[in-house]
Amino acid sequence: MKKVLSLGLAAVMAMSLTACGGGEEKTAPADNAAGTETAGDVLKLGVTGPLTGPNAAYGSAVANGADLAAKEINAAGGVNGMTLEVKAEDDEADPEKVINAYNNLKDWGMQMFVGATTSGASISVAAETANDNMFQITPSGSAVECVANDNVFRVCFADPDQGTASAKYIGENKLAAKVAIIYDSSSEYSSGIREAFVKEASNEGIEVVADEAFTADTNTDFSVQLDKAKEAGAELVFLPIYYQEASVILKQASDKGFDPIFFGCDGMDGILTVENFDTSLAEGLMLLTPFSPTEESSKKFTEDYIEAYGAEPNQFAADAYDAVYAIAAAAEKAGITADMDVSAMCDAMKAAMTEISIDGLTGAGMTWNAAGEPNKDPKAAKIVNGVYEMQ
Amino acid sequence: MKSKNKILVQNSITYGLVILCWILAEVLIRTGNMSSLMKGLLVPLCIYVILAVSLNLTVGILGELSLGHAGFMCVGAFSGAFFTKVMETVIPSVGLRFFLALLIGAAVAGIFGILIGIPVLRLKGDYLAIVTLAFGEIIKNLINVMYVGKDSTGFHFSTKDTLSLGLDESGVVLIKGAQGITGTPKAATFTIGVLLVLLTLFIVLNLINSRTGRAIMSIRDNRIAAESIGINITKYKLMAFAISAALAGVAGVLYAHNLSSLAATPKSFGYNMSIMILVFVVLGGLGNIRGSIIAAVVLTMLPELLRGLNDYRMLIYAVVLIVMMIFNSSPKAIEMRAVFMEKLRKNRKSTTKEAA
Repeated sequence: MKKVLSLGLAAVMAMSLTACGGGEEKTAPADNAAGTETAGDVLKLGVTGPLTGPNAAYGSAVANGADLAAKEINAAGGVNGMTLEVKAEDDEADPEKVINAYNNLKDWGMQMFVGATTSGASISVAAETANDNMFQITPSGSAVECVANDNVFRVCFADPDQGTASAKYIGENKLAAKVAIIYDSSSEYSSGIREAFVKEASNEGIEVVADEAFTADTNTDFSVQLDKAKEAGAELVFLPIYYQEASVILKQASDKGFDPIFFGCDGMDGILTVENFDTSLAEGLMLLTPFSPTEESSKKFTEDYIEAYGAEPNQFAADAYDAVYAIAAAAEKAGITADMDVSAMCDAMKAAMTEISIDGLTGAGMTWNAAGEPNKDPKAAKIVNGVYEMQ
Repeated sequence: MKSKNKILVQNSITYGLVILCWILAEVLIRTGNMSSLMKGLLVPLCIYVILAVSLNLTVGILGELSLGHAGFMCVGAFSGAFFTKVMETVIPSVGLRFFLALLIGAAVAGIFGILIGIPVLRLKGDYLAIVTLAFGEIIKNLINVMYVGKDSTGFHFSTKDTLSLGLDESGVVLIKGAQGITGTPKAATFTIGVLLVLLTLFIVLNLINSRTGRAIMSIRDNRIAAESIGINITKYKLMAFAISAALAGVAGVLYAHNLSSLAATPKSFGYNMSIMILVFVVLGGLGNIRGSIIAAVVLTMLPELLRGLNDYRMLIYAVVLIVMMIFNSSPKAIEMRAVFMEKLRKNRKSTTKEAA
């Protein structure tokens, strides 16, 4: 009897939940209608990113960063008299799910798209935005193909640019002559940077002594790669990977008594926030990042962000924040009004984006070219006493 | 005679259901009543239905547990997308290229099905499941290290990176390792998807109700008895396995031509995907083709329709899945359903009596 009862209860629960889901669906068009009524003063920006799953930190940061920027702009009087409204949808960093998230935002009445957070999803959704002629600016989609269409712009550096910049930085500052690379061959981000780094390294007189790959399936044990790097006598280990894996590498290197300079790119940003990670291991780690929360110019942003969302902002949040400010500046320049249709808006924005210049968190005097690439200087930071010290 | 009629009626209901869904969707689109989310989901729904129906052939009809279905889908997707990319200049018509890609995807996946099937089908039960699981992972990892480029001198192949392909100026990289193939034309439409679903159903349902299908099911029910009456077990097993793989290949080609970027990520072609397809099949009922269709549609739409619940949607999806499984297959739940139906029937009888 108990079993029957529990089964019944579970069934009722499921029913009420699905009913709830159905209810949401029904209210969505109503929202839409309300949106068109007040179309005179609302500009709707859609954001997608992984809000669930292993990459959730990036997606939430982008959603929060965009939200914070929109709030600030609204408080300062909005854009051309319009207030910005931001809505974030979960794309699970998946090229298939991002289409659903994007379509859902379109149903909501999105007029411009800030996304996607990750490269793979961004490339996939770009085909849809090109089809709809929807203006798209990706905060952190760094693969080359992300901005292949002319309606797409980005805030972060392209992968090859980061690889080239890293090699140049290491060469110019004479950090090391023998470099080992450990990279994730299953990630376009990582392999893209590595490829450009290897290309540039020979020009800078850097010798790549070990070039070791891992994949998403083997990202928990790096002893083989570290041993090879150590045997080859690497003075610097270049890690064009995300911070989660880097934290494991740092731990295992320290266990082996292997102590070269570690050098990462923007994916390394966030390493100090990894749970159960001894941050003293990251002392001396260098990374190429456009954003540091402790920098003078980003102090106010960091404080506001922590107050609003209870977490320290990372580079993804800063990218999204700059993306929304770029939209605001371009929209003002182009004289966008909320009653314009999406396609006309996109055409006007495309032209205006190349004419604006922004002093953002991720660079001063940022400008964009028609290909959608930003023009700003890469900055390197070193972790000293648990905080970033800009070099 | 009677049973034949019954089969005909049952099959017609299945076909009718699909056609009805198609008409309904077309009407909604034409009258502008369909949300963008639903429009975007239409082709993926067809893909998952084809996958579920084809896997049901292996799991439900042949009775072998396969966890490598996403592997066959992956083979189909990449061979189809590769063909479309290579033939871009030779065959300018996207529709024709897509049609040929479907045939090629099905053929390549089918061949892989036979190649894998020959050694693997000697195994039974859990062993077969584990080997097919490994096969799916191998395919995914092989594609992840594969770099293929084309220039004026022909094709170049590497397992390291795009630099080592050594392409000249005219060269284009076709498969870029873990980044896969980008820039496949979006040729898949809902109508093509539904036609492929109907084709899949036609193949599978006809197979089940044929002499061959009965031979396959006899292997499932009692292998020794089947062997003793002279049924060639290897032949029929391979046949079912290869057809199932080829249909998964078709779904893969459809998948590749619905998204502009195709990468063999663990999420899209890993064992998670294989297990998800298996969930469709088990939830819909082993050997129940119509059940597979319904389960695939419901479970694909559910997480999207729950979007309003934000972060909780994945949790709720899991809970709903568990409840549906229990409701469908637990003996107690089946008993309860029977009692409930009985009561309903009694009520109806009593009311008709009263009315009389």
